[in-house]
Amino acid sequence: MELITLTIDGVDVQVEPGATVLEAARQAGIHIPTLCYLKGKNEIGACRICCVDVGGRALQAACVLPVSPGMKVRTNTQAVRAARKLNLELLLSNHEKKCLSCVRSQNCELQRLCQELGVTDEVAFEGKRTDLPEDTLSPSVVRDPNKCILCRRCVAACANVQKIGVIGAVGRGFDTVVGPAWDKSLSEVACVNCGQCIVACPVGALREKSETDEVWKLLDDPEKVVIVQPAPAVRAALGEEFGLLMGTSVTGKMAAALRRLGFDKVFDTDFAADLTIMEEGTEFLARLQKGGPLPMITSCSPGWIKYCEHYYPDFIPNLSSCKSPHQMMGAILKSYYAEKNHIDPEKIAVVSVMPCTAKKYESKRPELVVDGLPDVDVVITTRELARMIKEAGIRFNELPDEDFDDMLGESTGAGVIFGATGGVMEAALRTVYEKVTGKSLDKVDFHQVRGVEGVKEATIRVGDTDVRVAVASGTGNAARLLDSIRAGEKQYHFVEVMGCPGGCVTGGGQPIVCADVLMDVDPRQVRAKALYAEDAGKAIRKSHENPSIQKLYADYLGAPNGERAHHLLHTTYQAKPKY
Amino acid sequence: MAEENRAEQMLRLQQAIAEHAHEKGAVMVLLQAAQSIFGHVPQDVQQMIADATGASLSEVYGVATFYAQFSLEPGGEHEIGVCLGTACYVKGSQKLLDKLSELLAVAPGKTTADAKFTLKATRCLGACGLAPVLMVDDEVYGRLVPEDVPGILAKYLGQ
Repeated sequence: MELITLTIDGVDVQVEPGATVLEAARQAGIHIPTLCYLKGKNEIGACRICCVDVGGRALQAACVLPVSPGMKVRTNTQAVRAARKLNLELLLSNHEKKCLSCVRSQNCELQRLCQELGVTDEVAFEGKRTDLPEDTLSPSVVRDPNKCILCRRCVAACANVQKIGVIGAVGRGFDTVVGPAWDKSLSEVACVNCGQCIVACPVGALREKSETDEVWKLLDDPEKVVIVQPAPAVRAALGEEFGLLMGTSVTGKMAAALRRLGFDKVFDTDFAADLTIMEEGTEFLARLQKGGPLPMITSCSPGWIKYCEHYYPDFIPNLSSCKSPHQMMGAILKSYYAEKNHIDPEKIAVVSVMPCTAKKYESKRPELVVDGLPDVDVVITTRELARMIKEAGIRFNELPDEDFDDMLGESTGAGVIFGATGGVMEAALRTVYEKVTGKSLDKVDFHQVRGVEGVKEATIRVGDTDVRVAVASGTGNAARLLDSIRAGEKQYHFVEVMGCPGGCVTGGGQPIVCADVLMDVDPRQVRAKALYAEDAGKAIRKSHENPSIQKLYADYLGAPNGERAHHLLHTTYQAKPKY
Repeated sequence: MAEENRAEQMLRLQQAIAEHAHEKGAVMVLLQAAQSIFGHVPQDVQQMIADATGASLSEVYGVATFYAQFSLEPGGEHEIGVCLGTACYVKGSQKLLDKLSELLAVAPGKTTADAKFTLKATRCLGACGLAPVLMVDDEVYGRLVPEDVPGILAKYLGQ
């Protein structure tokens, strides 16, 4: 197709037809500020911050304005600058400007725009103000309508990307509120707690339900043995909170920081990921031999699990009965570890550091209690851990690299890739292949299931069987995959689903990447790369070869899927209403 | 009787759904149908529309709360609409609305406790020559002063 030539600020630019002025400017290295824009997700021209002069009567929103041949765009005139600033000041007139205590301070797109566009008076306009209560009832997500700027990025993430749509714009004009229908709390609607709305929000209108106070309390309690476990994806992103480049793996510094925060033991959810593979792999082989129910679908992602329970309850028999890795770890800590170290399990407090807000909900599920004790006591997100590290005055970047504590901190390359979409499938294939064939895999890399595509498929020859697998990330993509299975168009043996697009590396609890950066960088790829590099660097890359896992089965659990394993490591699900 | 009515209303909604659910913009059309069938669009009806069209409940609710033509609560036996269009407003229709609000003890947009009246402030009713104007159901009353209001209400209270 013929390229279109236009001029932006005197520079000739050639772009594909259909491109927007914003995209064309980006290509020419000209920065147009945006606020409601979220590449590929929310392109609606609502906030008018990206306005430009194209010679017409009125300024136009660059994010929705298609290029045309010969167009002359000016992005930096007095009128454009004044209009952007005015739009910003009008937005500020109804924004609760409690920046000093806002979780998004210094990572707020509105705040940054005010600095960049030279706003000198944050109360340039005073008028009626939205005054509504915060919604704090959800275990995962807090919604503060007084900070909302109605950009609808969260609505796009929830409705268009995740295909859930439990929040939307309600009402009209000044009274417009973004929230669930019928004034309900997020806890009363079929929200899956994935937190994709939080990472889409440019301001502090959506945030995780913070539980750092609970963790500090536990750390101060001399009676408690407080054990921490970070998920695989945390190490691939935590560094960003301390100014490190995206994709920097901070495994060693993270372990050191956790130790300095005062945790009694620093274990690793990667170990439990290996354990999950033992249980899930065994369960899969049993289903394959007994004929079903197939496809078996992974159960590591609590956002996905809740989505399945609300929206696709007919697939509940397909879900693996395995608990998610950090819940398995909790159950092992309060049984095997307690027994071995002569600790009263009631005195053990398990803190999980997760890239995920849905894990907060998961840890409170009544199904995940063993012998009266919850597997996991508190879940904090990657962002909350970063705040604790800062609060404790720890200079993260200056920390030495340290190891996890023995035995339950030992993991393989298969465990660490759980954090990327396709990782659980790849880890499972490594083990399943060797268990079935009795042969050693020459190449442990299964590139067919890697990458950020929403739905991936592969057929893997395992012994005499062609095992058909599929991988979906993001509940919207999962819906597409399940619909094709339900319609009989597709048949698989084994399916991996993660609730968030890209998997845990871009979970709802991860460091928030501003929309401006997202135009050029895909954190799903960059963060996943860090995990695959860690995998490649490990001496042991198959879960069943983890010596600590072998010891755990030999000493305590017996066989995978055995009676004790079932009691501790498996769970059940329940259909939930859509409304 | 009421139960029978409800069943009949549901049947009519089902017919509208069968006819329109797969059209583009069906949410709007079905909300309009529901509003005319039920006199308002209750939660279960909005859920039915969401299920039928594949839209989320949030989307349906968003449309229902955006347009003034939809009501979330059942209306009263009679609907009073006071025109706040420019001509009527200049001629003092706000005073009519205030008087009604006072006599009925209800805010604009709400229904009286006895479910007799729903009071509404409307845009231009197109009867500017009669300003200020109010309508009760389909009946137009023009060239009014606040003192006319009790007499108008009495006509409907007497029934």
